[in-house]
Amino acid sequence: MRYLPLILKNCWRNRRRTVLTIASIGVSMCLLGVMASMYHSFYMGGPAPDQALRLVVRNRISIAVALPLSYRDNIQRIPGVREVMYANYFQGVYKDSRNPENMFARFAVDSEELFKVFGEFRIPEDQKRAFLRERAACVIGRDVANRLHLKLGDRIPIKGDIFPGDFEFTVRGIFDSPRSSQVMYFNREYLEQSMSERRRGFVGMFYVRIDDPDRSPRVAQAIDDEFHNSTAQTKTESEQAFMVGFLSLLGNVKMFLLGISAAVMFTILLVSANTMAMSVRERVREIGVLKTLGFTPAAVLGLVLGEACAISVAGGLIGYLLSTLLMQMVAKSPFGGFLPTLPLIEVPVAATCIAIAAAIGVVSSLVPAAGASRLPIVEALRSTD
Amino acid sequence: MAIPIAYNFRNLVVRKTTTLMTALGIALTVATLLAILALVNGLRVTLSASGDPLRIVVLRQGADSELVSNFVRTQFQDLKFKQGIASGADGQPLASLEMVTIANLAVVGGSDININVRALLQVGRELRPNVHIVSGRWYQPGQREVVVGKMLALQHESARIGKRIRLGRGEWECVGIMDGGGGATDSEVWGDLNQISSDLQRIEILSSATVKATDAVTAKALINDINNDQRLNMTAVSEKEYYDRQTDSGVPIRDVGIFVAIIMAVGSSFAAMNTMYAAVARRSREIGTLRVLGFSPGSIMLSFFLESVLLSLLGGVLGCLLALVLNGYGTQVGANFATMAFAFRVTPSIMAVGLAFAVILGAVGGLLPARMAARKEILTALRAV
Repeated sequence: MRYLPLILKNCWRNRRRTVLTIASIGVSMCLLGVMASMYHSFYMGGPAPDQALRLVVRNRISIAVALPLSYRDNIQRIPGVREVMYANYFQGVYKDSRNPENMFARFAVDSEELFKVFGEFRIPEDQKRAFLRERAACVIGRDVANRLHLKLGDRIPIKGDIFPGDFEFTVRGIFDSPRSSQVMYFNREYLEQSMSERRRGFVGMFYVRIDDPDRSPRVAQAIDDEFHNSTAQTKTESEQAFMVGFLSLLGNVKMFLLGISAAVMFTILLVSANTMAMSVRERVREIGVLKTLGFTPAAVLGLVLGEACAISVAGGLIGYLLSTLLMQMVAKSPFGGFLPTLPLIEVPVAATCIAIAAAIGVVSSLVPAAGASRLPIVEALRSTD
Repeated sequence: MAIPIAYNFRNLVVRKTTTLMTALGIALTVATLLAILALVNGLRVTLSASGDPLRIVVLRQGADSELVSNFVRTQFQDLKFKQGIASGADGQPLASLEMVTIANLAVVGGSDININVRALLQVGRELRPNVHIVSGRWYQPGQREVVVGKMLALQHESARIGKRIRLGRGEWECVGIMDGGGGATDSEVWGDLNQISSDLQRIEILSSATVKATDAVTAKALINDINNDQRLNMTAVSEKEYYDRQTDSGVPIRDVGIFVAIIMAVGSSFAAMNTMYAAVARRSREIGTLRVLGFSPGSIMLSFFLESVLLSLLGGVLGCLLALVLNGYGTQVGANFATMAFAFRVTPSIMAVGLAFAVILGAVGGLLPARMAARKEILTALRAV
């Protein structure tokens, strides 16, 4: 520890190189930070308290296959279930679907149940009443309203694709959500009216609000058991697992995240190793002097390792801070609607990033540091380079 | 006069460790970019191999895929006798009413995947003469039998001959493996229309129709004819165009990949800059000597710039080699809610993109160090140790 000032001085002697190295590591670590926080929120993080109270019931085959509306009553009777809301993923095309600006999720729901099942949505009471009163009304998330500059009373024309027809919705409410709210809900009655006789009475999924988050696996099992012998079997999962499932339709997300992370880590390792090799090579004579002054090989080893760690941890810190900014941007994008809650600073993710940075520092400088500590004094002093 | 490029080659060889490390860092960046481009390219090639310009897909108006479309049997009678549809061997029009749905396929040691199931009649096979059985036999009408595409069979043990696939109200035996020539068919499961639609209780409402036009001119006329037929209320697109549109599902993957590659490139170009600065610093005396010999600052700048480009080009080549390992590696993404199996495809044009990317990266990283080299004063340069 008492060598810390010396280590820092060493870092600072070739300022340009240190800055470039930190910048290089920082940029890469930023990417790693984004990957890590996505991985964490998809596969490891627990759900937010309000999300833990919700389950999603869908057809076992796929969310593209419908369930009978009549299942609602069966689900409602299962112990532990408080509210059940049926919903259809509506999709549809707003203006031009090729423009990602116009993308936001659209659901046809049981409007009476919406604000009971999604208890965390904040909406003024009068707006809520206006939404419930009118068949062609819709509510939109604050993020949609801000992005597309929509206000109360505006009309949103949407051309149906899964459900054919031209629909027009009137914005009667704008709600706030602790998460990204790139979403619109409207009354399913309106949709049902437009359907052909044969398609009526089928919904895409049920959102279930339960009493006790700790019992959610048991309730989920009970729901699936209920329909085990029916024509349409169900799959009940937590809202978080449901969202990840939705994303995995895009491909093997886990492999993708891990693959990129591995490539990024290896790149950082190379960059850092290269820098340390260069800086040790430049200072061979100086190491000879240090050893003449009585620094033990272990101390020299520590000095070099410490320098590498200091540089890569600095890069790691900067990278992590950049990644939180980037994540905030991702969460605000239309894509953010699929992500679970993302707190600004996730302690395990931050710790992982910094630990990885430190480990990379140590590993990358192991070879030059060992070389420096083993170098005989005479040879070191004789070096001209 | 320009400094011979052999000088730069030799310099890179002399500092081989540093060169290799920097090049490897660049290689990883390039390989990441190439892997993603190859992924998207593989998807595109597979989808475009599926389309025949003479075959026309007829969907319900507003539907953009067969899965969300529906087609009532009575409508089919109106379609079947339109002008311009080619006749089959038995003199009947080559028009096939089909049902497309999703089944779950159990994956050994993983979660289920969704697969496309296409139910068709004999005529459906007749208008796709490119699809043939490679092992086993075709399904028998009236039997609970299906055949699977070769990519599916290749990647999943549970989709081979003799295995059972769950669909509708029971299990179906897989009796053959079909080859659709590298198209989407290779990821599909085919079975008898009447058998499957009755099992799913969808006898009346099927998904889509495919018809074959006699020639290219008639195909266009036929598409217009169907699109303008108010009574039919359907949209028609050539099969080629239909699959080209499905390629859109690869766009988000490509965008994310390019974004990741650009961030990694920023990091790698900092690393290249570092290496080049070190090269300039170490060769101070050489630079002075070159100046004394009469080389102009401009040619020194060019020389160092070229060296950086050479360095990154080496990285680019290594990156291409790394990416080539992936070539042909089978993978899958969920196109439109069902899995689509395909292989990574590294083509010469993709490799050219990778090399260009590496060169740009090296040029950006080499510019400032080269300028510094050119600006060195002769005397100070010669005096440097």
